[in-house]
Amino acid sequence: MTDIRYVAPQTLDEAIGAYAAAGSAARILAGGTDLLVQMRSGAVKPGLIVDIKKVRELTAVEEISGGGFRIGAAVPGAVLAEHPRFRQTWPGVLEAVNLIGSTQVQGRASAGGNLCNASPAGAIVTVQGPDGRRELKVEDVPAGPGRTNLKPGEILVSFTLPPRPPGSSDAYLRMIPRTEMDIAVVGCGVSLTLKDGVCTHARVGLGAVAPTALLVEPAAQALIGSRLDDTALTAAANACRAACRPIDDKRGTIAYRTQIAGVLLKRTTNIAAERAQGK
Amino acid sequence: MNIVVNNKWIGQRTIRPDGVDKVTGRAAFAADTAMPGMIWGKVLRSPHPHARIRSIDTSRAEALPGVKAVVTSRDVVDFPLDKSVMLGIQDMRWMCRNVMARDKALFPGHPIAAVAATTEAIAAKACELIEVDYEVLPWSIEIDDAIRPDAQILHESITFQGKPSNIVGQLEHKKGDIEAGFKQADVIIERTFTTRPVHQGYIEPHACLISVAADGKTTIWSSSQGQFMVRAMTAYLTGIPQSDIRAIPAEIGGGFGGKTIVYLEPLATLLAKKSGRPVKMVMTREEVMRATGPTSGSKNTVKIGARKDGTIVAAQGTFYLQAGAFPGSPIRGAAGCSFAPYDIANVLSVGYDVCSNRSKVAAYRAPGAPIGAYAVECVLDEVAESLNMDPLDFRLKNAAKQGTKAAHGPVFPRIGYIETLEAAKTAPHYSTPIGKLQGRGVASGFWFNAGGESSAQVNITEDGNVVVTTGHPDIGGSRAGIANICAELLGIDYRRVSVIIGDTQTVGFSNLTGGSRVLFASAMVVTQAAEKVINTLRERAAKIWEIDPEAVKWENGAAHPASPNAGQFEPLTLEDLAEKAPMQGGPIGAGVQLNTQGADGGFGTHICDVEVDIELGIARVIRYTAVQDVGRAVHPGYVEGQLQGGVAQGIGWALNEEYIYRSDGKVDNPGFLDYRMPVCSDLPMLDTILVEVPNPKHPQGVKGVGEVPLVPVMAAVANAIYRATGKRFYALPMSPPKVLEGLEQPIQQAAE
Repeated sequence: MTDIRYVAPQTLDEAIGAYAAAGSAARILAGGTDLLVQMRSGAVKPGLIVDIKKVRELTAVEEISGGGFRIGAAVPGAVLAEHPRFRQTWPGVLEAVNLIGSTQVQGRASAGGNLCNASPAGAIVTVQGPDGRRELKVEDVPAGPGRTNLKPGEILVSFTLPPRPPGSSDAYLRMIPRTEMDIAVVGCGVSLTLKDGVCTHARVGLGAVAPTALLVEPAAQALIGSRLDDTALTAAANACRAACRPIDDKRGTIAYRTQIAGVLLKRTTNIAAERAQGK
Repeated sequence: MNIVVNNKWIGQRTIRPDGVDKVTGRAAFAADTAMPGMIWGKVLRSPHPHARIRSIDTSRAEALPGVKAVVTSRDVVDFPLDKSVMLGIQDMRWMCRNVMARDKALFPGHPIAAVAATTEAIAAKACELIEVDYEVLPWSIEIDDAIRPDAQILHESITFQGKPSNIVGQLEHKKGDIEAGFKQADVIIERTFTTRPVHQGYIEPHACLISVAADGKTTIWSSSQGQFMVRAMTAYLTGIPQSDIRAIPAEIGGGFGGKTIVYLEPLATLLAKKSGRPVKMVMTREEVMRATGPTSGSKNTVKIGARKDGTIVAAQGTFYLQAGAFPGSPIRGAAGCSFAPYDIANVLSVGYDVCSNRSKVAAYRAPGAPIGAYAVECVLDEVAESLNMDPLDFRLKNAAKQGTKAAHGPVFPRIGYIETLEAAKTAPHYSTPIGKLQGRGVASGFWFNAGGESSAQVNITEDGNVVVTTGHPDIGGSRAGIANICAELLGIDYRRVSVIIGDTQTVGFSNLTGGSRVLFASAMVVTQAAEKVINTLRERAAKIWEIDPEAVKWENGAAHPASPNAGQFEPLTLEDLAEKAPMQGGPIGAGVQLNTQGADGGFGTHICDVEVDIELGIARVIRYTAVQDVGRAVHPGYVEGQLQGGVAQGIGWALNEEYIYRSDGKVDNPGFLDYRMPVCSDLPMLDTILVEVPNPKHPQGVKGVGEVPLVPVMAAVANAIYRATGKRFYALPMSPPKVLEGLEQPIQQAAE
């Protein structure tokens, strides 16, 4: 019977050192809402658990110049929700984070741990490993179900959400059969900027319809330049459906997920647009 | 017997006796118990849906350091297939093979062997070291596959129409002439329905701790719906006499019928006996979902004929229910209950018990009745619609009442079904307007209810308070109900009555907590015991006052002279008489044991509003009212809770709950994340209307209430979805992909 070692370093360097040294036997513990479940079910048996919640940078929400935010990878959703200004700028990101689990789970679960969800915010992710610190686009982090493009020993440090021009907002919806405590059958995030009623910038993300979250550029293009009228929304919805590469599984069928991706695109876009117009 | 009126305690929402323990975490559930020297048991389970077991080699497991005992089917008492040995509704031939596979593994999760070791991890490792040589056999899970002529037979010894078959039982209820009945009909509607197996979903997994002393004296702490059932089944399966087994009921974290049989106790007893150490076993949620009894999936055809005036002239039902690996699906509930609310001249109701390679079903709240009612109540809705009748008026026109002969046999005594329909009709809910994409459905339901064996002891303590011991695990508020009744009868404050649940060696035999029987039966024995105690108290007072006991009355917790003629004496309170007891004849108390009779069936009528998101296929229940004839609500808060709980479970069954199978025959969703029971935010406040038509054969008028509230729910939801969307669904669950598919939304949208 092998024992599990647990460390809770105070600094990022110590955390990376321990994590990299232990190799594939190590697991990062932030909120633990996935890791502990996996351990209990016997799916993973880590030799080392590196608890990163003692590292200040990983648990901090900082405002950066120009009105953007840097969010530590281990910041729980509930903490982000309590931030006095984050909600105004990035309501859709907050929705996405706080659709996870229940109130109790949101007190633990972090955005970093849930990066495989669709995040359309245009965020930059900072990671640090034995070879130093680097930045990558959030959409480049997931490599497939349960896999990321992080190198051995690298730890996700923070998300940086850029400042936003006036008339910008976002929204996130997910389809679950229940109202909470469920895994998304389809998730959809839309971030957009409106100027005089015309969409000047858009990003559209879909979750649970492909091996990783999808950034659907054709859907964004269908929205940009339009007044978000029915024609544009239908074109964007069809672009979303076309981008779907889902599977049939216990959580949903191919036909259902594909159909729903378009429905959610329309609804999410409408919410984001209302917010962008200050409605 | 007289119905007590002007009650002080019966009908009060008293503080529940188990409440403080439960909210503070002090309540001891089965998994909370521990003993010095305790070791852990684990079960090796079959990975195959169907396989012959050629051999089992446990030698490597036994050699693993820390392993203290290994048991297989060789250690379990065998009950040969040629002779049925019934214990309640369970046949020990099947029980002995369900707790441990003998020659064949019949479902993924079927126990093959069990190990006890010093830690859980070592026990789990030892299970991996057991080598089983399987001959994998063809298998079937769904009813249609299991009853095909070429299906692999699970039990060769069982025949149907002269041949080995997976149809392992049949039940028929007949009344009148069905052919002649349909000839009188102006409208006939026939539909076929399917339902999926659903789990009871108790939050507490099965758990036990068992110690077997060197002299064979065995103590079982476990969570069950009947400590006497645990004792008897464990005795049968281990060969230990019942007198040597003390089964102590733990506080129970939900049962809903699913804890009326044993899984772990015989195995832990055998491991404890072999190892000489106390053995603890706790199932994981995955084990609960794979290997314990859900209720049946089903396939049912219902045909109902009515005249233009709304009179139902004939009704026919054919109900195929999955039993799982062993015979015993609840066809009695499906075939017997589904037409019972109606006075129909010609009925033919047939149930078929079908074995297939999934875990053996266990009881689930009104077993079988919700399955049958779903089909019948949906067809009734269609018949009412085709006759342009309000669905409640249609039911009123055909409602069973006193004197109606039910197809399953009895002639109904005074029943309260009509009262539930009238209360539903006049409820504000029924006349409230509803909005776009919303719909309102109604449905009714019946459950037999039960009496049977119960025992109780009522003792007066030396300080003049009361301890009541009964023999039923409390899963629905029986302790609170009994405390209310006892306080009422003795005329004392409710808080002076302590109700506890005795173990098998300290209280007389009491049958299972099930069948909605516990408050009915235990109130009867407690009432008789309390009356005996009151007689003793009157005799004591009479002796002190030197008058005739008949001249003493018991009132407000004290003995009084019955009339001025009896003499002038200061009242003697319960405390006074308890204090004087040692000099006046000794301890005061009485025990009563009865096989109770006179349980009347229960009826309910439900109103359900749904709102359907037609783009996503999501149906949400937005308002719900459950009306039920509850006889007498001894503790209304608990009765309402029973109704609400049943409705919540039914909504889950209707909308999302199902076992999803992989192509290899294994359940793909053995946990609460993907087995989608409703969460709080899925449900509106569930309103209740308690109709009280007292049971004249019960001292307090009690009828069972716990099972009826699940019976009408799925049909009420389905009928509401129809009113919202114009689309009828004939299969459960009505989950989003199926609703969307049914609404043909994708095709329309794609064409836009």
